Parts: sequence; C-alpha cells; structure tokens
Amino acid sequence: MPKLTVDGVEIEVPAGATVLQACEMAGKEIPRFCYHERLSIAGNCRMCLVEVKPGPPKPQASCALPAAEGQEIRTDSLMVKKAREGVMEFLLINHPLDCPICDQGGECDLQDQSVAYGRGASRYDETKRAVTEKYMGPIVKTVMTRCIQCTRCVRFAEEVAGVPEIGAIYRGENMQITTYLEHAAKSELSGNVVDLCPVGALTAKPYAFEARPWELKKNFAIDVMDALGANIRLDSRGRQVLRALPRINDDVNEEWITDKTRHHVDGLVRRRLDKPYVRKDGKLVEATWADAFHAIAAVAATANGSVAAVAGDMLDCETMFAAKLLVQKLGGTMLEGRQTGLAYDVSSLAAVNFNTGIANIENADAILLINSNLRWEAPLINTRIRKAIKKGAKVFAVGPEFDLTYKVEWLGNDASLLGKLPDAVTEAFGKAERPAIIMGGGALAKDGAHGAALALAKSLNVVREGWNGFNVLHFAAARMGGLMLGYATDGGIKAVAAAKPKLLFALGADEVNYDLFSDSFKVFIGHHGDNGAHHADVILPGATYAEKAGTYVNLEGRVQRSEKAVFAPGDAREDWSILRALSDVLGATLPFDSFNAVRSEMAKAVPALGVEGLASYDWASPSLPTDATGEFASPIKDFYLTNAICRASPTMQRCSAELIQGEDFAEAAE
Amino acid sequence: MADAPQIPDETEVRARWGDFEWTPANAIKAKAYIARYPDGRQQSAVMALLDLAQRQVGAETHTQGWLPVPVIEYVAAELGMPFMRAYEVVTFYTMYNLAPVGRYHVQVCGTTPCMLRGSDDVLAACKNKGLIKGHTTPDGLFTLTEVECLGACANAPMVQINDDNYEDLDYDKTIAVLDALAAGEQPKIGPQIDRQTSCPEGGPTSLKEMVSENHDYRSAW
Repeated sequence: MPKLTVDGVEIEVPAGATVLQACEMAGKEIPRFCYHERLSIAGNCRMCLVEVKPGPPKPQASCALPAAEGQEIRTDSLMVKKAREGVMEFLLINHPLDCPICDQGGECDLQDQSVAYGRGASRYDETKRAVTEKYMGPIVKTVMTRCIQCTRCVRFAEEVAGVPEIGAIYRGENMQITTYLEHAAKSELSGNVVDLCPVGALTAKPYAFEARPWELKKNFAIDVMDALGANIRLDSRGRQVLRALPRINDDVNEEWITDKTRHHVDGLVRRRLDKPYVRKDGKLVEATWADAFHAIAAVAATANGSVAAVAGDMLDCETMFAAKLLVQKLGGTMLEGRQTGLAYDVSSLAAVNFNTGIANIENADAILLINSNLRWEAPLINTRIRKAIKKGAKVFAVGPEFDLTYKVEWLGNDASLLGKLPDAVTEAFGKAERPAIIMGGGALAKDGAHGAALALAKSLNVVREGWNGFNVLHFAAARMGGLMLGYATDGGIKAVAAAKPKLLFALGADEVNYDLFSDSFKVFIGHHGDNGAHHADVILPGATYAEKAGTYVNLEGRVQRSEKAVFAPGDAREDWSILRALSDVLGATLPFDSFNAVRSEMAKAVPALGVEGLASYDWASPSLPTDATGEFASPIKDFYLTNAICRASPTMQRCSAELIQGEDFAEAAE
Repeated sequence: MADAPQIPDETEVRARWGDFEWTPANAIKAKAYIARYPDGRQQSAVMALLDLAQRQVGAETHTQGWLPVPVIEYVAAELGMPFMRAYEVVTFYTMYNLAPVGRYHVQVCGTTPCMLRGSDDVLAACKNKGLIKGHTTPDGLFTLTEVECLGACANAPMVQINDDNYEDLDYDKTIAVLDALAAGEQPKIGPQIDRQTSCPEGGPTSLKEMVSENHDYRSAW
C-alpha cells in the first residue's frame, strides 16, 4: 500500500494502482482520452500528463505510471497546465472544426476537455489532414477525420468483444483506424465503441443527426431484449425514445450493452397497436375499448373457469401479477410463460436459476456449456467468460458449435454425452475450485437434459460451500419473474392447449404456436402487430417496456425496477390498467386503482418481488429423469430478430440481413 | 496521403493468390523462423514470415514481390493471429508492398540529410528515366517510391533498390545505376564514389598511421 502525496495531500493507494488512479482517489480530475477503466492501458493520447517526483524533470503520462511509495504528484503546477495545453493543441491540429454538424456535440470529451484544459486558440494555420470514411457495419457510422487515434475501439474489439477486426493501419500522420478490409465488424457488441469513442469519429448510424443530447429526457430502464436485465438509460424527446445507452452496473452489464438493446428503439414506434381491434367475420376491425371489453365479457360469461393466460418474453412482473389475479378471479388456474413449449420442472427455482451470478461467473475456473450459444443468448455473459478464460478458466461445451470468440473444447452435439463426459472434463472439474455448468435455455427443451445436468452438478460437485456453479441461462426478460409468479403449468404450453381454454389471455405473447389454440377465444394484450396480434380475436393495445414502469427479474434472480420513459401511442394503455378496466366489465374487479397499488399487492403476494436486489432461492435439486439422448438444437435462429420489437425495427432488420444473412450493404453505405 | 488503402481488388486477388502456400524450401525456413521464439510467442515471427512470403511472391512473379491479402491471411493463420494484426504490420512498414511492384523497387530516401545532400537530383534522374512516384514503369522494370530515412545518412543521398543500397549518388550516377539495371547488369553495390562503405572519401582523415601498420599513438596523448 504505497503512500504518496497528490498536490500536497497525502493518501494511501492500493498496491498496483497507477498514478492516474491515485490522483482520482485524491479527488483530482485527470483529463484523458485513451485511458479507460475496463480496457488495457495504451498511453498514447498523452492527455493525462502530471508532474511526478522523483523522476525525470518532465511531465509523465499518469495512466501508465505505477504509483510508488513516496511519490510527490502535482496536477496543478504550471508544468502540468502547459503540458495539457500542448497536448490539446496537437490533438486539435488535425481535428476538424465541425462540431456544429457532429453527433457527438454536447457529449464530446474533446469538446469538454478542450474548454477545460485547452489554450483557447490555435496557432496552427497549415492544412489539416483528412481521412476517408470507413465502413464498420450497420451500427457504427464513421467520420474518421475526427479520429484522435486513442485506440479505445481497437482495444474494445480485441479485449472485450473478442472480434479483433478493428485496427490501426499505416503509421504516423497517415495512421487510420479501420476494420479489416472495411468489412462490417461482426460483433453483437459493436455499438459500444460509439460510447467509448471520446470524439465524434464513431457515432451511431441509426441515430445519426436525430437529436442533440441536451434536448433529450433521460429515464432509467431495464433492458428486455434478453434475460440479462442490462441497466439502460432511455433518451427520449416528446413521445419517442431516440436511443438507449448503458448505465454502469458492475453486477450486471458493467458498462456495455448489446447492439440489440441499443438499437431496437426504432422498433418502438413501428408496427404499433394503437387501437383496440375485434375480429368480425374473420377480419380484425377497429373497435372502441367498450366494444372490445364487451366482446370479451360475452365469452367470459360462458367460460366457466376455462381461462388461461400466456405471458410474453418482455413482460414486467406487475402485468403478469395483474393478469394472474384476473385469471384466478375468473376461476382459471392455467398460467404459462414458456411460449415455445418448454416444460421443464420448476419445483425448485434454484434449479432453473443462474446461481453463480453474472459478475461471479468470471471467477469460475472450469466451465461446461450445455447447448448454450452465449454470444446470442446473453452476449454480456460471454464477455464475463472471456474474462474467466483470461484468468485461466477452461471451457468445455456440449451442443452445436458456434464461434464464441474464445477457445472452447467442443465435446460433440449429443445429449447422451452428459451421462458420460470424457475424462478430460471430469479431470479438469476435479481439479477446479470454482467449477460451473451453464445450461442454455434451449437445452431445457431436451427431455431428460435438465435432470442429466443436475446429476452432473452433483457428480462434478459444482455446488459447494460458498459457491453454486449450477446455472441455467434463460433468454426471456420475463422468465424468472414469471416463474416466481407461477407462470408455469405442468406440461408447459402443450398442457394448457390440451385443456382447451375457452378464453386465452395472450400477454404480449408472440412466440406461441397459436394453431394449438384454434378453439380458444384469444385476447391479445400487447404492443406490436406481430404473431400474437395476427391470431387474436380481440386486441387490446398495451405498452412496451419503455412506456410503463415495471419490475423485472433477470436470469440470476435480480429484481430490478424500470421507469416509464414515454407515453404509449394512440389509445394504447399501460397493461395493468387495461386489465383493471377489463376486470370491471367482467365483474371480477381487481383490487387496485394505481400502479403503486399493483406493486404493493404484488409484494404482498410474492415478497421477493418487492425488494430490489438478488432474490434468494434455496438450493434444492429435484430428482428428475436423467437419460437424455439426441442432438441439441439452437433455440435462437437470428440474434437480431428475437422479439416483436426488434422484428419491427429497421435497424435490427438491416443487421440481420447484413450480419446474419450475409447480404452486402457496403455499397449502399458508400 | 491519409486515405483509403490503395490495394488491388479483393476478388481478383483472392482468385489469383487464394491458394498460396510455402514452397518446400520456404516452409523449412518459416519453421526455423518460428522456432526462434519461445512457446506462445510465435507471433513475433510475423515480420520474418511476411518478408519470406513477399519474396516468394516476388520469385513467382519475377518482381520484388508484394503481399496480396490472401498471403497476409495465410501468414496470420500460420501464426494464429487475427488477420487485422498482420495487416497492421504490413501497412506500417514500407518494406512490405501492398500492391505489385516492378522487377526493381527503387526506394529513394528523401529525408533531411539526403535532401540536403541532393536527393532532389536523384529524384530528378529517376523522373527523367520515366519513373513516377508510386507507379511502375510500363515495361514492369522499375517502381519508384520515396521513403523516409533508410539509415545510410553518412552516404547521402542514397537509394535502396531491392535488397541493395546505392549510395553517394548524384544525377549522373543515378542514371548510370538505373541504366545498368535496365541493361540487366549488376552495378556496383554501395558507395558510387571512391570510398569504402561509410569511411571518409579519399582515404582516412584521422589515425592515418594505423592504415599500414599498428601504430602506438600513446606517446602523442
């Protein structure tokens, strides 16, 4: 623990800290461009210069200098001021003065630091360098003349995203950042380089020239594109969400989000259901709320308790709770959230939870993936596993092979392997102190695989004192919340269909095979005109996650709350209020009149949902059949089109066409 | 200058060079280069291998050689490194050619010492022989590039043609060198005036007694 002084104040810093970190601990702001906490140190922008004694009598780059005992650091001396002014002046020599037409304007490190640390005027009157735009894919727009070559994007692509396709070619004044041969960067995390870029060289292509940061209203939300529950901020203007940005939460998403999370937002205003519809003579026609409600009431009157609800993948807990109460009041019991037909055992929630925890998985030292394409199912868990590998973890996998961006020992694609793992695996797990099994949601579809994995957990001893290494990786944001609220029927959705419910509430459920429910009267409460709406008999327009507050439980059982960012379009309403109004007409009035009342009722029914933070599930391993055979199949066909919102998003469609289908857009983008 | 990389059309290049492989002799050499580095550090051999590949391409095309994209990828794959990392190396060093060059790659140093000693004359000579910067002559013989310091400042001005330096040039001597090469002769490598490597012109200027025999200078201290 070296002791040193920063501007005359003595502080003690942890061993291994850099001078820059020491200065920050002392409360001093050090300007920087290339340094980033989550990336390796490059030391090439020179903006973080400070004066350090003992040492050479010249300013030193604090980001790359280890803090040492007895150092005297000055951040306020004349030397430092002049050094910063000098660096700033050099950086601005080749930087264009195009802030008025630059998307980074208003949230630009270069602008801010130039105001704070720059000279105020340039002495440079030669011509400036210009660099042609580079093609980096459908997400990242480039204006490379603005680049100051901090190489944050290069380091991010290599270290975090694991796709070393961005690099710096040529040298000196001619150096330019580009992707390999200007092909699109094939990463589902590529949008993060836009956040990392300290200048306007890399900006978001779908958001280009849309808004200025100071006109945007910022609301904190939880992402529903996958089950990770990434913490995001929705920036909106008027009634439209214009962009989604990550919030820092080291327990969940660190400070990254996937491209899907970042750019599905243009889908929030397309293909929206903004009026109630009722099916008449086989055709959906616009209706009033009253007509729609009465059409439902007519069926409910004869349903006689034959009522079921199916929850979609992006639902908040409050909606599911309200619907559950309504179904129960109507005498029904059948609730299901696993739309695609999964029917795994839920007698122990711990057995279907990501028990190790998102942040903790990076401490695992042996990992077995079971039919889990982490890159598509939870890209931000994939980055955690990359970290684990850097620390020395070994990764084995059963299932169809994918490029997971790191070295995986593929054992084969046969479920029976779970019963007879090769010796190499058992040996690695035997030696491991923190072994982990990650079972993809798709693996749960295989009969016996869940039991086999649980048996493995026992035989490989992955659940031990202080470490639970058994993980199930869901990919629906509503899944864990739904399971806590009882949205699981024995036998899954097939059992619900077999019971032939007269009245079916489809709550944003777009992945269900509605052919199974041809005899049911289907009420779709949701926000997008997708599969669910096509098959509905009555459509009640609801709100997306951005248009309602809600509670979400992520795959590790973390209860998180999301705020409402904008109002739903047209006649669409928040889902709980639709259910409340409908319940009146059905004569089964729900016991709440405000959102807060729903929330507190829910907390009474399921106390864990009332407390933000990790819900605890007691570890119990149900005894299930363990003989699984046959090949696993990948549950996600297209990363960019997994739900109704992104299917409506032009950006996601473009990503899918270009990055998944391999269509060539390079020319269209010049 | 900072502009999109001027590299030949990718499809054509892939069709021509997609099946690049080491010749048996070069495969042995490549193995030896890689073996020079400890385990896990094989990527350090990238520069040697790229040079070897460029020479092999040169031998196949009877030129100084260049590095088509599939060849860069072949080397990168052999060393287990991302293509981008190898590509960065290729673009960084002027030693590697990103586009085909002629039989003789004339690299004229234009950095300050050479410029002060008359590299403008050397370039003028090249120009008058029909060499244009960044281009290959129509007969495929010469490619002219102006490069930065090649580390022979004592013999300025100089050119590097393929693997050899021709130093202490002026307009006429440059013409002579180029003429000789064009005629298929091998001009004298090194200084084009009466001096040995970078020793003083016209013989030693100090320690003159040492030339013929070992001389004890201690009495003169």
